[in-house]
Amino acid sequence: MRRLPALGPFAPLPVPDHVDTALPGGLAVLAVRRAGEPLVEIRLRIPFGGAAPAAGRLLARTLFAGTASWPAERIAASARAVGGTLDADADADRLQVSGRALAAGLSSLLGTLGGVLTEASYPPGEVALARDRLLDQLRVAGRRPDQLAGAALARRIYPGHPYGSRFADPADLGAVTPADLRALHAAFVRPGGSTLILVGDLDPVAAVQTAGRRLAAWTGVSAGRTPPPVPPLNPGTLLVLDRPGSSRSSLRMAFPAVARGHPDNAALRLANLVFGGYSGSRWTANLREDKGYAYGPRSTVQDLPAGSHLIASAEVAAEHTGPALAETLYELGRMACLPPRRSEVDRARDYTLGSLAVLGMSTHRDLADLAAGLVGAGLPLTYLAEYVERLAAVTVQDVHAAATTYLAPSGAVAVLLGDAARVGRSVAALTPVAIADSRERDFSEYP
Amino acid sequence: MLGNGLRVVFSPDRAAPVAGVAVAYDVGTRSESPGRAGFAHLFEHLMFQGSVGLRRSAHARCVERSGGSFSGSTHLDHTMYSEVAPANALERLLYLESDRMRGLRLTEASLANQISVVKEEIRTNVLSRPYAGFPWPRLAPVMFGSFANTHDGHGSFADLEAASLADAAEFFDRHYTSRNAVLSVCGDFDPDRVARHVERFFEDVPDRAAPARVDLGEPEPEGGRACYRDPVAPLPAVAWGWRVPDPVGALADFLPHVLLAGLLAAADGGRLVRRLVVADRSATSVTARAGLLGDAFTLRDPSALVFQARMPAAGTADRVLAGAFQEMDVLARRGPEAGELAGVVAQAVAGLLGKTDSVLGRARRLAVFELQRAAPELLGELPALLAAVGPDRVRGAAAQLTPDRCVSIELIPAAGA
Repeated sequence: MRRLPALGPFAPLPVPDHVDTALPGGLAVLAVRRAGEPLVEIRLRIPFGGAAPAAGRLLARTLFAGTASWPAERIAASARAVGGTLDADADADRLQVSGRALAAGLSSLLGTLGGVLTEASYPPGEVALARDRLLDQLRVAGRRPDQLAGAALARRIYPGHPYGSRFADPADLGAVTPADLRALHAAFVRPGGSTLILVGDLDPVAAVQTAGRRLAAWTGVSAGRTPPPVPPLNPGTLLVLDRPGSSRSSLRMAFPAVARGHPDNAALRLANLVFGGYSGSRWTANLREDKGYAYGPRSTVQDLPAGSHLIASAEVAAEHTGPALAETLYELGRMACLPPRRSEVDRARDYTLGSLAVLGMSTHRDLADLAAGLVGAGLPLTYLAEYVERLAAVTVQDVHAAATTYLAPSGAVAVLLGDAARVGRSVAALTPVAIADSRERDFSEYP
Repeated sequence: MLGNGLRVVFSPDRAAPVAGVAVAYDVGTRSESPGRAGFAHLFEHLMFQGSVGLRRSAHARCVERSGGSFSGSTHLDHTMYSEVAPANALERLLYLESDRMRGLRLTEASLANQISVVKEEIRTNVLSRPYAGFPWPRLAPVMFGSFANTHDGHGSFADLEAASLADAAEFFDRHYTSRNAVLSVCGDFDPDRVARHVERFFEDVPDRAAPARVDLGEPEPEGGRACYRDPVAPLPAVAWGWRVPDPVGALADFLPHVLLAGLLAAADGGRLVRRLVVADRSATSVTARAGLLGDAFTLRDPSALVFQARMPAAGTADRVLAGAFQEMDVLARRGPEAGELAGVVAQAVAGLLGKTDSVLGRARRLAVFELQRAAPELLGELPALLAAVGPDRVRGAAAQLTPDRCVSIELIPAAGA
């Protein structure tokens, strides 16, 4: 019988050819050359901490809705002429513009973007339209258990913090005026503090020069700042968010975590993979491949500028809720009390190394997103080489220590969205439980 | 082609130390027969449950250990298995795919487990999600008549629960043959060396005939409207569409419909977006697709051009359709403006390049183009073919898309939403 072939020698991760610089107006520019299709990806990351949440989200939807000299149609047509797209997205940390164009259209697309950045006008009709669409989308999100559970966990672990408002408040959205958006733009949408990332079939030096010409009229310093540090997790009861009649349960657990710069980060990321971070993890092997309770249980390390957490998520049928929670607590307890097998740690490490090359750098788009994520964490592209060294040095003992420190079930803050009458008894048999209405805004009174 | 009929496509690209492997089998949800709804997708799960030389879960672990990632996906006309990893793992990826093409090791326990997992997948991604199955396959029964063309490929729980090991063995023998598959390899590799590996691993995969391909074609419907209630959607929606020429056999006649989708429904200024969303306010969003599900170019005949619009609470399908028919009529009479069409072509080309920028996207496309068209080179030719369509052929296509040929379905939201 044939045997599994051995791996060939692993090519070291090349840090791509890039220029990391700043324009005279204060805009940082990272231009990266990647061989591939004749396309260019654009990311523009603008600090947005401190922006009013509802207005911020509406600004992202209307940034390209018109300028003093161009209506929305002309902006779109100008982007489209070079195969381009331009979109914006806002959260509590940043406003991010994401775009793409045929490589020959980079200068044109940056020109279109420059016009918007300097003179976006937020026409009242377009703002009203975008507001209505955003409200409709909130209504749809409000029907999705996965979204509701994620938003409820955010309200529970970030009380009083901007990260706690996953969705814009409908009443706040209704009150935002075009003048508010223009004022927000004037204060926050500025080059100072922002970073432009260009990735693709380009000459980095020439691309920086092009950006300098096309964005020369954009001036000033953004008022955006990093939100205050997130409050520490306050472990307590499992909060059952009652959704009467639901045949599904959505489990969300938050654990403490540390940012990329912290010495424990690499070991924590490997511990996360061993527990629930990929298909070969213990949690997936148990809940999916052994018991068939869940389709895609997953845990991820969420690095946000104001704080990091490890988030574990699973969707299960109502009748499997208690058993799935029991297995989850068992796997977490095993992570905390016993060292992982060497083979588990090696597999998680090799997966991480490979996926940096594969998922991180193998398309223009992935590399642009990776670079934008590093910029958000305040790290240079060369951090990747350093990270590879750190990963290589992690021992089985380091992973066990990280699991004990960060993945202990007693340190978790958890919510479970589901029908309390149906699932409450079995989960209460496993862990202390409090029951709340799933629509409550503030969970701080619950133990 | 190997002696056992397996077709092989190579596309070396040494720019990055990454390699991708795709195996496309010529079986999809449109291959299913009554009583077997959902079997193609269930079987895709079973392909990860152990094979001749690999234990259960060994596939996933081996790919991850190699620094890669894997996926399986079931489509209307094909089922795709693919892996991408650092280039040093390529030989191993080929071994993994060859092993499960040779044969599976299934047990009652692994079958029961994956039936349970697939039911969970459906509960999570379909039953508890607003607008799931909209517009496809909800529009399917209005447009088509046969079971193959109309049923939901997710399947019914009853059919899934009835699946047996004997069914799985029969399905494998019939559809998972070397002559019914294409292997494609893309990325950083030496073609001569990898050709030797491919021979070594795949040449003794048993040679079984490919099943005769069933013609899914059926006569056009004479219009038609229907509605249904979505128990979790908060707002109404409407979908409408027309049958289109055979995407494989009549590619030149199909291509204008790809551009029509962009002209009418590009998110940032398609004609229907300007008309229905901005001017009339009869819809809150409009999207379009040349094809039924997934990719326009990986579907055989029959296919369609399908639009969908989400509506405000007081919106009506009549108002949306009236506006949509008027805009189609304008296009049919005057055709697109030159600059407008050039922009849509540029955006479509950038979209194609965006997909093939990844070794995995390239490997998957090449495999399907070989499987369905025996023409992997089409991948490189599509941008020029789209650019060559021109306004007259777009106008001609629009002229065929008349209200009497259109079928539609209305989604009615849950009571009290």
